Amino acid sequence: MKKLISLTILLLLTATTFAQNNEPQMADTMRSDGKIYVVVLVLSVVFACLATYLIIIDRKLKKLEDNSTKK
Amino acid sequence: MKNWWWKIAAIAFVLYSIIMGFMGNVPHLNILNETIRNLYFHVPLWFAMLVQMGISWFFALRYLNGYNIKYDVLSSRAAYVGGMFALPGLITGSIWATYTWGKPWVAEDPKLQGVMAAMLVYFVYYLLRALIPDAQTKARISAVYNIFAFIMTFVFIMIYPRLAPNSLHPGNGGNPAFGKYDMDNDMRMVFYPACLGWILMSVWLLNVLNRMKKLQYNLDNDEKIN
Repeated sequence: MKKLISLTILLLLTATTFAQNNEPQMADTMRSDGKIYVVVLVLSVVFACLATYLIIIDRKLKKLEDNSTKK
Repeated sequence: MKNWWWKIAAIAFVLYSIIMGFMGNVPHLNILNETIRNLYFHVPLWFAMLVQMGISWFFALRYLNGYNIKYDVLSSRAAYVGGMFALPGLITGSIWATYTWGKPWVAEDPKLQGVMAAMLVYFVYYLLRALIPDAQTKARISAVYNIFAFIMTFVFIMIYPRLAPNSLHPGNGGNPAFGKYDMDNDMRMVFYPACLGWILMSVWLLNVLNRMKKLQYNLDNDEKIN
């Protein structure tokens, strides 16, 4: 009988730990060890380069437009 | 540098959405988990696409009212930029679906069916433009087709999924919209700038492509447009 009681108590204990795990999993370790900055930095650099390239294209186009209207 | 402020604003908004999109707080939800951050990229890309198709439609009407070829140039460029934004919109959606709905393409979803139909409609538009050699004929036929194309796209993407009973997309098929329960104020602070940023980026691309095409047109033809 003692064994049975201790078994049910242990079973219930595991049940409560399962209940605590119901909180949705988020990438918290990635934030706590700072690896998320790598993601942000890489994406920002890629986007910044493409945006700069677009600015350069825009300015070259402006020069072409100015040249074509002069004639 | 007089007319540059909105281009700089476009870059700033998108950069802000990339940085805050990953650093900011999001609600902790089951199934969605961290993928909720895809909202900052997937949805604004589709909004930008719809804005471009709307611009394309508007200038198709302007073209038909007086047959000025410069409106045809603008209208067709907007349709191309819209198609260019639909592609990453579709791919980001597919990636998102893989991790939340279990597979990349859920064929039963009416929004996806609608997008498929809308893309076919615009494929025909691009095909029409590619096949007709004469500039004025091309402009007239594609402008008339465009009126139909945008309205059908709007019905396929925005109306049909909302009437259908079984959509997985938030805000469709009787589902509550994303903002109602899932999006908190922290997310709104990133989501709205992201939408504005990507729409401005698409307008900038349209601006560059339009000026490029006009330059080319003026080189090829005796009558100039500006």
